Amino acid sequence: MADAVPVARSPLAHLPEAAREMRDDLAVSLRERPLLGLLNLRLDAASEAAQRVKAALGFGLPGEPNRATGEGGRSALWLGPDEYLVVTEPGGEAALARSLAEALQDRGAVTDVSDGRTAIEIAGSRARDVLATGCSLDLHPRVFRAGQCAQSGLAKARIILHQIDDRPGYRVFVERSHAEYLWLWLMDAAAEYRAAT
Amino acid sequence: MLLIPCPWCGPREEGEFAPGGEGHIRRPEPQAASDQDWAEYLYYRTNPKGLHFERWVHAAGCRRWFNVARDTVTHEIRAVYKMSENRPEGL
Repeated sequence: MADAVPVARSPLAHLPEAAREMRDDLAVSLRERPLLGLLNLRLDAASEAAQRVKAALGFGLPGEPNRATGEGGRSALWLGPDEYLVVTEPGGEAALARSLAEALQDRGAVTDVSDGRTAIEIAGSRARDVLATGCSLDLHPRVFRAGQCAQSGLAKARIILHQIDDRPGYRVFVERSHAEYLWLWLMDAAAEYRAAT
Repeated sequence: MLLIPCPWCGPREEGEFAPGGEGHIRRPEPQAASDQDWAEYLYYRTNPKGLHFERWVHAAGCRRWFNVARDTVTHEIRAVYKMSENRPEGL
């Protein structure tokens, strides 16, 4: 029997194309960013290994809690005092994991967790209101701005939220078993703002 | 609903946290401890009316454990400090 070849598949792939993207509206647009490369990185941020990781990534890890750094399609999100989520373009995770492992020289750990979550991008002038419907974080721009991230809950699903720009645009990383539920919930929560414009 | 200031993440709603019971409980040396000492270590808690030192974990956030000094009557959180820090004085 031939070996089964694993195929990466978005947890929303079974939804029709039209149902996976909602970009026709300026107030709120939603789309999935499937199959992003996700690496869990554990290391002491004050160590020499962190300097080598900076060279491997091309930018430094965030120095403050709940902040994100990034450049050219890659980003690093603070998850804990010694824990980060490195996000890269689809397919780039294996090579990046190798170069990070080399940079760590056993002074930390890098784990490919790409299959665990998918990302949903929500943007537009009312995106903040849609998220606020189901999230207890204070998302007011006075408190939560582009370049910040947080782990929290959205409509009871566990999420990692990353504000990527000032539209405002957000990336919501959700565990794949909750992805369809959260997508449908977001579509429903966004409906009232779509109707209004 | 409590608003708990995680030492790493700042104020977050109570639902993101899980309580871990009383803090600052020291494990006695098993060979040297009397049965009474061991029983107190395992089962006896202070259960005060008023100021209580306890542990919480930011389960839905940064997943770190930390200490909270909370008033069990008013639910006022008087102090929050990291696991590596000593009990604050003068509360």
